[in-house]
Amino acid sequence: MTTRIRADERVRVTCSVNGKRQIGYAEPRTLLSDFLRHELHLYGTHVGCEHGVCGACTVTFDGRLARSCMTYAVQVEGAEIGTVEELSDGSALNVLQRAFSEHGALQCGFCTAGILISATHFLANHPKPSEQEVREMLSGHLCRCTGYEGMVRAILAVAEGSS
Amino acid sequence: MKPAPFAYVRPETEDEALSALGEYGDDAVVLAGGLSLGAMMNMRLVFAETVIDINSLQELGHIERQGNWLRTGTLVRQADALIASEVAAAVPLLQRGLRNVGHYQTRSRGTLGGSVAHADPSAEIPLCLATLGGEVELKSQRETRRVAARDFAESALSTCRKGDEMITALYWPVAMGVGTAFTEIAQRHGDFAIVAAAATAWRENDGLSFSLGLGGVEGCPRVLDGTAPAEDWDAAVKDAVATFVDTLDPMEDPRASAAYRSDVAVHLGVDTLFQALREAAV
Repeated sequence: MTTRIRADERVRVTCSVNGKRQIGYAEPRTLLSDFLRHELHLYGTHVGCEHGVCGACTVTFDGRLARSCMTYAVQVEGAEIGTVEELSDGSALNVLQRAFSEHGALQCGFCTAGILISATHFLANHPKPSEQEVREMLSGHLCRCTGYEGMVRAILAVAEGSS
Repeated sequence: MKPAPFAYVRPETEDEALSALGEYGDDAVVLAGGLSLGAMMNMRLVFAETVIDINSLQELGHIERQGNWLRTGTLVRQADALIASEVAAAVPLLQRGLRNVGHYQTRSRGTLGGSVAHADPSAEIPLCLATLGGEVELKSQRETRRVAARDFAESALSTCRKGDEMITALYWPVAMGVGTAFTEIAQRHGDFAIVAAAATAWRENDGLSFSLGLGGVEGCPRVLDGTAPAEDWDAAVKDAVATFVDTLDPMEDPRASAAYRSDVAVHLGVDTLFQALREAAV
């Protein structure tokens, strides 16, 4: 059956975020990025350009990478969403996060949440990437602090199992 | 940068989607991957009363061989097409083009049909489809029709799709044993191409035949079909490409002047065509 939501209607959206059932409310135009932050109070996902260029808001949506600023909250009804909060175990960083720390792959941290999500997805699909492939993957994110070199080193180190 | 309010409609089947399009027509936009439409709506360059989200229509996500065509459902994700063995075998030009489409992240949800529907002048997927002589399948409650990709886009971001129609599939001519090449010039890898060139070439009679498509030059892809001698084709091909580019009316924008675009189109066109011809001549 076709789902129809009026422009001024606020509907309940139920989805799974990082394996946990979550419920929030959204209008059709509510962006997933705003839904995660303002409704679910998950502030790990950052909002940068809001037109899909900078990559800061990247999350996984049913296993695919998505710019959450160009996904509407009403689209994720029943879906599995993955955000940066799923990576660490409390304050214990995972391997990739530790590698980012060790290799100076972040400075202000604004872009980092999206890049960690992308890199996790990328390494799952390309367990032994070349440096060129890592650089191409990173071209989907903007970082104004690091110059990307530390990220390339960190991701390659995780792939090589040396981090 | 939030979109203006819109009503949201999510059909579960193709019939439901066509019924919704019949009802809302020109007041609605079709949402596939959302990588182009979402940006346009956030920047309020596009206003829609109703967004029809077709992402639940799994029947539009298949790749299948139909005789001399490869049919890709409109919802086939760019990342999936990039690694599909059917695409690599039957439409190698598309695979080469896809490497230049957006980024790893955007290809994950971006679709083949969505890119063709959006009709950005520098988009790689419609350029490959036009170069190869492919077709666009459009459905409405009234009819199903197939339009040549070269006629589908009418100008930048504008196509012959009617308000109650949606793209349901793309048809790619199967091209085994051909030479193909794709190159583009952009400010950064994955950015919108200033000029993109797609070429395919094959042996025919005693010589070579080719199609060279140029994107980003005019509002929609332009294609040169021609022939070349089996060897020593350099001068003939350079002349043909230069003459063709002379007939174009290149766009002008802050990234590139018309003269620069024209210059790049000739050089990139010749280089790309040479690569395809060399591959075909082996």
